Amino acid sequence: MTSQAQRVISRDTTSEELDSDYQWGFTIDIDQEAIPKGLSEDVVRLISAKKNEPQWMLDWRLKSYRFWSRQTYTEPKWANVEYPPIDFQDMHYYAAPKSAADGPQSLDEVDPEVLEAFGKLGIPLEEQARLAGVAVDAVLDSVSVATTYQEQLEKAGVIFCSMSEAIQNHPDLVQKYLGSVVPFADNFYATLNSAVFSDGSFAYIPPGVRCPIELMTYFRINQADSGQFERTLIVADEGAYVSYLEGCTAPMRKTSQLHAAVVELVAMEGAEIKYSTLQNWYPGDRNGEGGVYNFVTKRGKCAGADSKISWTQVETGSAITWKYPSVILQGDNSVGEFYSVALVNNWQQADTGTKMIHMGKNTRSTIVAKGISAGQGQQTYRGLVKINPSAKGARNFTQCDSLLVGDQCGAHTVPYIEVKNPTAQMEHEATTSKVSDDQLFYLQQRGIGVEDAHFMIINGFCRGIFQELPFEFAMEASQLLKVSLEGTVG
Amino acid sequence: MTTIAPRSVADDFPNYVEAYAAQVGSAVPAIQQLRERGWEAFNRLGLPTARRGNEPWKYTNAGPIARVSFAHGDHASGGEAEPTQADARAAAPWQSDWRNLVIVDGAFAPSLSTVNGDSPGIAAGLADALLANLELGSTVLGSLAPPDEDGFAALNTAFAGDGVGVSVPPGADAGVINVVYLTTGRGQPRATHPRLVISAAPNSRVTVIETFVGPDVRYLTNAVMETSVGEGARVEHYRLLLEGQEAYHVGVSRVLQQKDSAFSSVAIAHGAELGRNDFGVTLAGTGAECTLNGLYLTNGTQHIDNYINIDHAEPYGTSRLFYKGILDGHSRAVFGGNVTVRKHAQKTDAQQTDKNLLLSEEAEVDSKPSLLIYADDVKCGHGATAGHIDEDTVFYMRSRGLDLATTSRILIHAFASEIIDTVALEPLREYLDERFRNAIPSASIALPIGGRS
Repeated sequence: MTSQAQRVISRDTTSEELDSDYQWGFTIDIDQEAIPKGLSEDVVRLISAKKNEPQWMLDWRLKSYRFWSRQTYTEPKWANVEYPPIDFQDMHYYAAPKSAADGPQSLDEVDPEVLEAFGKLGIPLEEQARLAGVAVDAVLDSVSVATTYQEQLEKAGVIFCSMSEAIQNHPDLVQKYLGSVVPFADNFYATLNSAVFSDGSFAYIPPGVRCPIELMTYFRINQADSGQFERTLIVADEGAYVSYLEGCTAPMRKTSQLHAAVVELVAMEGAEIKYSTLQNWYPGDRNGEGGVYNFVTKRGKCAGADSKISWTQVETGSAITWKYPSVILQGDNSVGEFYSVALVNNWQQADTGTKMIHMGKNTRSTIVAKGISAGQGQQTYRGLVKINPSAKGARNFTQCDSLLVGDQCGAHTVPYIEVKNPTAQMEHEATTSKVSDDQLFYLQQRGIGVEDAHFMIINGFCRGIFQELPFEFAMEASQLLKVSLEGTVG
Repeated sequence: MTTIAPRSVADDFPNYVEAYAAQVGSAVPAIQQLRERGWEAFNRLGLPTARRGNEPWKYTNAGPIARVSFAHGDHASGGEAEPTQADARAAAPWQSDWRNLVIVDGAFAPSLSTVNGDSPGIAAGLADALLANLELGSTVLGSLAPPDEDGFAALNTAFAGDGVGVSVPPGADAGVINVVYLTTGRGQPRATHPRLVISAAPNSRVTVIETFVGPDVRYLTNAVMETSVGEGARVEHYRLLLEGQEAYHVGVSRVLQQKDSAFSSVAIAHGAELGRNDFGVTLAGTGAECTLNGLYLTNGTQHIDNYINIDHAEPYGTSRLFYKGILDGHSRAVFGGNVTVRKHAQKTDAQQTDKNLLLSEEAEVDSKPSLLIYADDVKCGHGATAGHIDEDTVFYMRSRGLDLATTSRILIHAFASEIIDTVALEPLREYLDERFRNAIPSASIALPIGGRS
């Protein structure tokens, strides 16, 4: 065990020597159980069989797979990102830690090496999780490893488990809501996910319950050449409240990895869901080699009146991000929020934003997106605000600001605004600028080094978003930003 | 095993194939070559009718234009009288001290114009423009709005025949040139493909007005404008889309600015069933200034699309893009603004704004003000708004004793004035102000006062 741990650490050291500042670039040496590379109907059946799924689940997967494999169904090309074509037959669609095949029932049964891995992530399952009052569902290479804090949740009637467990134990809920927000035919990657998703998190908050603790999932891709396809479904029933946190990391690989997740949120009347993401997938090295392709579909539906869905995301990782957490504002007086900080450095590319679809009366949405580009990074804010004819008195406020660090990067803003109701009020504003010379000068003449000064200014630029994050996450986000920016200035 | 013959444009547009074949070859080889280039491009591109993956036409369906079999060629006698100068004067802004040129159904009409084709610096008829050696042929004509990228520009080029060429010598002030494109109801549905080519030499000045008018019948105006603004030159441009109620209008305008030049444009859209103003400016010299203002007033089932591109290719450029719209009835307006700042174009200062006033439950606005920035030392911003007249403002005015009808007229007029006031040419400003004042939807507007229901 000791030698193992040392080996892991030494590999970490080597990787640092290699070049990167990516601190999470270790691989955990666990026996992986992987299905051979490639995707076919048999693979879909095999995934389903391995998870001992009921017939309806298999049918849904097959329906998705058949839709996906149609000739005319191709990858979306409209995003402002460039990458070599993905060979969908050259990757593993299922990889599970072998020890998890038996399904660990408690933390004690979890492979200590996995636990150590999470310890390294700064998200210790055992001690700190309890202190922080966070229930963690850790998903390692698509399979849920453990869910802590189960007892307290059960007392409140909250269901929080892996998607596999939910399919076994709560098939009625899963059947009712799965695909209700992101239909299987929604887009290329969502369809792929519907066919091959291996695990993910499921949460159901019963009517009137305020979830006593924050729910959290940690995602990690471990196996090489594998794609991660997790599926998350959160349902907040009438008057319920839940705050959900999500973190992601991946080891350093020379080849790129695909991550195509789907997240669905459903908020019934008077319910509120707060969804926070800290995305730190491996961004590739300084020459733009490797890194995760993060092609994710996230969407929430404010199904009932007076409901609220709030997305907060800090995106510092991934070679390519393609992600638009959206809210369908169906219920009257419902509220949608999107707060985002996206940072690109080196050769990272991000095309991210949100969609706010106003359908109900007096629905309100707020979008605040902050983009930071450094190195050769290119990022695009792409957002849609749609006010349907039925959305009387709808309001939207959008602000997207971009900060440019260095003269090789780019920042782009592509908002789509569609207004079909005259009583709607919508405002959009955006600015793009570099770090102010005056501010830098001021800080530097107070004796602050140029790098620290840059970081202070950038941190201030993002402050409004960090405030939306739960406290521990906000601290981590700030650190993450600092690490991601190291070496770009000064 | 059957092989499918490659799709030819002829399958979709037999009328254009026929008209192109019937077109009399131009005596000027350069024009003939240009037409061939245009036709080749059109055969490759067709019209931009694709509904998927066609970002420049995302919110506007070119299908209705593609489906009509428009006629070309000489005026078929429709029983209508030949238009007179009085008709042109009534339909468009006109001053006797301007140089007024009238284009009737795509052909220059000297008898209706106040200048001949050989007025200094002006050549009417593109062939003449080339023959008069206005240096438009090689550098501007067909190169600023190349046919190779856009189906409508290609079509216009394939039928290049008549139009206006303006060449302003270095340091000269060419005054006001007023071009009136008058379409008659003869031989409808008719398509015309007029072209305006302007070359402003270094440190010269010119003001150009383009007005598109016609009867309330179906026809297509497919216009192209190309302007080269030389170093230190100033060009003031006005584009008045005042087509008839059933008309289709597609305008492709391209401007190339050199160092320290200034280009300003006010584009007005008040007319046409389906109108598109595709306006592109490239700031190809340092310190260039570009101001594009626009105002669109839509009603009925009108569809107006403003597709504006500003490309900052060199440092120290300034651009101001400001469009406003007033939408009533079942109408729909589209604003697609793209400001690009190239890697090299440091110290760029670009602002982009689109504001919309929706007066009816059925009106729709789709606004897409994008910024693409590849340089770091820039100051760029954009803003867009859509909504109704501010309730508090209405309340204030009513509390001063103004009735609802007067209040709404004053407020809508004020909204439009912000753009009309940017018209520097006084007689034109007065003309537009009066036109808009008369066109403002009257008391029928139901303002949502007293809370939203």
